Amino acid sequence: MIKTRALTKRFGSVVAVDGVDLDVREGDRFGLLGPNGSGKTTVARLVLGLIFATRGEIELLGQPMPKGARRVLPDVGALVESPGAYPHLAGRTNLMLLDAAGRSSRRTRKHRVDDALARVGLGSVDSRPVRAYSLGMRQRLGIAAALLTRPKLLILDEPTNGLDPRGIRDVRDLLLELASDGVTLFVSSHLLSEVEHLCNRVGIMDCGRLVLQEDLATLRAPTGHVIVETPDAVAATALLDGRVVRNNGDGLLVRDTDVATLNADLVRAGIRVTGISVERRTLERVVLEVTGLGSDRVDPLSPVSETSVDAQ
Amino acid sequence: MITVELVKLVRRPRVWVSIGLLCLLPIIVAIFISSTKIAPPPGQGGAFLSAVLSNGSLYPAAAMAMVVPLFLPIAVAVLAGDAVAGEATTGMLRYLLIRPVGRTRLLVAKLISLTAFVLLAVVMVLATSWLTGRLLFGNAPVVQTGITSLSGTVLTPEQIALRLAASLGYITISMLGVAAIALFLSTVTDSPLGATLGALATLVGSELLVTLGAAASISPYLPTRYWLAWVDFFRVPILWRDIERGVALQAVYVLVFLGAAWANFMTKDVKS
Repeated sequence: MIKTRALTKRFGSVVAVDGVDLDVREGDRFGLLGPNGSGKTTVARLVLGLIFATRGEIELLGQPMPKGARRVLPDVGALVESPGAYPHLAGRTNLMLLDAAGRSSRRTRKHRVDDALARVGLGSVDSRPVRAYSLGMRQRLGIAAALLTRPKLLILDEPTNGLDPRGIRDVRDLLLELASDGVTLFVSSHLLSEVEHLCNRVGIMDCGRLVLQEDLATLRAPTGHVIVETPDAVAATALLDGRVVRNNGDGLLVRDTDVATLNADLVRAGIRVTGISVERRTLERVVLEVTGLGSDRVDPLSPVSETSVDAQ
Repeated sequence: MITVELVKLVRRPRVWVSIGLLCLLPIIVAIFISSTKIAPPPGQGGAFLSAVLSNGSLYPAAAMAMVVPLFLPIAVAVLAGDAVAGEATTGMLRYLLIRPVGRTRLLVAKLISLTAFVLLAVVMVLATSWLTGRLLFGNAPVVQTGITSLSGTVLTPEQIALRLAASLGYITISMLGVAAIALFLSTVTDSPLGATLGALATLVGSELLVTLGAAASISPYLPTRYWLAWVDFFRVPILWRDIERGVALQAVYVLVFLGAAWANFMTKDVKS
């Protein structure tokens, strides 16, 4: 659905996106992770043809972008950075105008707008101007706007921004429902839990580069270790004889892959087990392994350079 | 998209406030003149004003002479400066573009909506000032006597209507020059205020240089030079020289700045 080759975007001397080879396949629930300023939004804008690439190619629904924009964009819904609306008009009027701006049937317009509003939980919204909306309502309106065309592909940049926990849950349920109807999702976020709950494929960006692109199941594969929680740590260590990698207070890390047999062995030896589970890499650990500091962090000069000053 | 722009135009409170103010100014002037009976002596003050006391039917033309040099271009610059930069500010620009609305189509729709605004504003001013003229100065029975032109000969009501329509066209073209400059600046910056101020600065600068004798060599090329040439429609015979030059000059400004706006917008990274 989205394919980029060596996609690069420079803003002056800043390389915002650097040689990105993105591959989002049909039916994917793709989550693009990365620290603030790592280029997630720029990628979304490039794919949608809002900004033009310095180098590289973009293919959206099989058509080159931005050349094929007129043909493919009607099948794409998007929320980029923040929802947009005319503040002096009501939410419903905003959607009507946005719908009328495209080449859509006038006859079914009201039905489509009502349907989109109902899906995001704004079905009975009154005629207050958008100016008076809460942040969460604006976000819901933005998602409704993305759903107007019944898209095959949804590109959502920080979709749960400004939503309360209930709203985040609502949006996640809505997106999962859409995905089960066959809509491909491309969600960018810096919230790991959001991506972990929603997506089945993950890309991680850092400083404009796509440093990792993988199925979530592969990333979260067992590490070959089992975490055993027991009050009889000493006896367990003796029994397992060298297979204990680490004892970090609340649990033993045991080199093993067969949890059931390990548990049976421990219990047979009279060792009490309060908890036992396969160790998996958390998405957080994966992200921290492959990314550097966020670009919004500006640390003071490192001690190394200070030492060199002293040496002179 | 054109319909959408027109709907947005008429649903915008700002549009009606500015049209209301445009209509109010001639009404205020009319009240002062009719209550004091002091009209500017011929040759001084706004065009036609000296004649309105004796003939109220000329008041629409006098009203136009009041709003065209300053009030109307300000309103046009505000709207045109807001055209693209305003969409960027509300965030709607990116959602319109991925709707998708072609960039050229968006600009064309903006231009049509601006033209509609100018026509609407001028027609409203003409209508309200005609009423004002009839009510406050309306003692001269038009149908029998006709109206005295600037040259002293009498114009029939049909001629007056025709010449007012021609003036409407000329003023619209002049205002499109302003609109094109502001629209171009609106594609350059994401700040509507910046684009409006830029366009106004151009106009104020031009008005200043037009009156400056030392700048006479460039004055035929300044955008505001022939703005008031529509007054020549009310001479007998019509003095075409300045009107023709004005239309040609504005056509050049419109083409150059619209071309620049288009070229800039087509290749612009929409980052707002």
